[in-house]
Amino acid sequence: MNNVMAFFKKEFKSFFISPIAYVFITVYLVVTNFLFFQGFFIINQADMRGYFSLLPWVFLFFVPAITMRSWAEEKKVHTLELLLTWPVSDIEVVLGKFLACFCFLTTAILLSITIPITIVAMGNPDMGPIVGGYLGAILMGAAYLAIGLWVSSNTENQIIAFILGVVATFILFMIGNPFVTMVAPKWMVPIFGYIGLGNHFESIQRGVVDSRDVIYYLSIVGFFLFLNVQSLGSRKWE
Amino acid sequence: MSSTNAPFMLEVNNLNKKFGDVHAVRNLNFQIRKGEIFGFLGPNGAGKTTTMRMVTCFIPPTSGSIRIDGHDTATDSLSVRRKIGYLPENNPIYNDMTVEEYLKFVAEIRGMKGDRQTSRIRELFAICGLTKTADRQIGKLSKGYRQRAGLAQAMMHDPDLLILDEPMSGLDPNQIIEIRNLIKKMGQEKTVIYCSHILSEVSATCDRILIINDGQLVASGTPEELTSRSARGNRYIVRVKTDRNDAEAAFRSIPGVSSVAITAVADQWLSAEVVVADREDIGESIFKCVVDKGWSLSELKHEAASLEEVFTQLTRG
Repeated sequence: MNNVMAFFKKEFKSFFISPIAYVFITVYLVVTNFLFFQGFFIINQADMRGYFSLLPWVFLFFVPAITMRSWAEEKKVHTLELLLTWPVSDIEVVLGKFLACFCFLTTAILLSITIPITIVAMGNPDMGPIVGGYLGAILMGAAYLAIGLWVSSNTENQIIAFILGVVATFILFMIGNPFVTMVAPKWMVPIFGYIGLGNHFESIQRGVVDSRDVIYYLSIVGFFLFLNVQSLGSRKWE
Repeated sequence: MSSTNAPFMLEVNNLNKKFGDVHAVRNLNFQIRKGEIFGFLGPNGAGKTTTMRMVTCFIPPTSGSIRIDGHDTATDSLSVRRKIGYLPENNPIYNDMTVEEYLKFVAEIRGMKGDRQTSRIRELFAICGLTKTADRQIGKLSKGYRQRAGLAQAMMHDPDLLILDEPMSGLDPNQIIEIRNLIKKMGQEKTVIYCSHILSEVSATCDRILIINDGQLVASGTPEELTSRSARGNRYIVRVKTDRNDAEAAFRSIPGVSSVAITAVADQWLSAEVVVADREDIGESIFKCVVDKGWSLSELKHEAASLEEVFTQLTRG
C-alpha cells in the first residue's frame, strides 16, 4: 500500500509540474460550460441533463489525453526498466497510476460545480439527478481511464496512445448506442446494451443509483486494470 | 577485499535468452563472490545489458536460472529486487522531478521514512556531490549530474549488489575518477557488477573480469590473468645503434626471449621489439647485453600486454 501511495503522489504531482494540468482543466471547463450554456437558456429548464449527456462524448477525447502519457512515456524514456526492477509489484504501480489519473479527472469534474451553483441561483432544480449525474460521471470517467491506461501500456508513442484510446473508448461507447443496437441482430441487443459505456450512465444521471450500474463500471475498471498488469508482465517490448 | 572463499552473491546457471531468432545470451555460467568488484566486458551488442536485465528481473530468461544471495529471480523476484541497486544503461530518470523529489520518491519505494529518509538523502547528496543541485529539475542538469542522480538512486538502500551498466558515459575525467573511487569504496563491503566496454576503466577498478562476445562467455579471470593470455605477451622496445643482424642475434640469445623483430631503422639507429613469453622481467639482461656489445642505447621501454589486446583477440572474428 505504501508503494501505491508513493506512485500515486509522484504521478499526481507530475500532472501539475508541467502546464498540461492547468491547460487541460481550463479547456475542459470552457468547452463543457460553453456547450451546456449554449442550449441551457433556450431549453429554459433548471436541470443539468444537457450537461451530463455531453460528458460521454467529451470524455472520449479528454480522458485519453490524461492517460496517453502514463505508460508510453515510461517506455519511451526507459524509466520502465528502472521502475520494474524496484521492489514493487506490477499491481501496485498500476493502481498508483490509476488513482492519480482518477483523482485528477475527479478534480476536473468537480470544478464544474459552478454550473449547479448557477442553476440553483436561477431556479429550483431537483438535486437528485444532479448528484447522481456527478456520481455517474466519476464512475464512467474511471472506466474510460482504465481503458486509456491499458492502451497506453501497449505503445511507446503518446500520440498513438491517444488515438487508440479514443478509438477503444468510442467502440465500447457506440456498442450500446441506438445507432448500433437498432441494426444489430436481435439476440445481441441486450448484450450490447449492457456492455455499452454510456447506457449505465443514463440511468444513474436520472438520479437512480442502481447497484448493477455501479458494478458494471467497477468491473470495467477491474478488467482493464487487470489487462494493464498483464501487458506489463509480458514485457514484450525490446 | 575479494576473498576466494566468500559465499556467492550471484550464481548464473546455463542462462539463455532468445528474442525471436536472435540468440542474445547463450549458455552463460558464472559466479560472483560477495565483496567482489566484477567487471562485465564485451563489445556493444554482446549481451551485457540483456544479461543484466535478467539479473535484475526486468525480463525473464528463456532458460537457465539466476540466484542472488540464494534467492531465485524467477520465484522470489521481490527479495531479489530488494537486494539490488541498479543503474540501467543510459540512466533512465524522471526528468520532470527535482533531484530531491526524485530521491525522496526512490527512498519511499525502498521503504525509508522520516528521519532515516532525510539523513540518507543528505548522505547521498554528499557522497555523489549533488548538494548544490538538490532543487534543480533533473532534465535541466548536465549529463554528469544526471548520472550522479542515477547513481544515488541505485545506492539509496545501500544494496548488497550494485549493478552499474555503463556508469561512466557522459562523465568528464575528474568525475570519472570520483565515481571510480566511489565504486571502489562500495566494493570494500558490497558486491559490484560493472558493465562496460571501456577497458581501462574496468581494469583499473575490478577484481575480476568476465568477457562475453556474441552472448557467450569467452574469458574470465583477474585482470592480470587475462592480460597474460595475450598472444603478443610482454614486450620490450629497444633502440640501439648497431647492425641489424647483430642486434637480432644478440637479443635472441637472451634467455626467456621468444621473438625479436626490427621495427624501424633510421640512420644507424634501429628499433627492436623483444617479446618475452612469460611475465619475466628481462630489462636488466637486455641492458647488460647492450653494454657488453658496447652499443649506444637511446631507449629501453617495457610494454606490458594490455587488456585491449586480449579483448580484441577474443572478441573479433
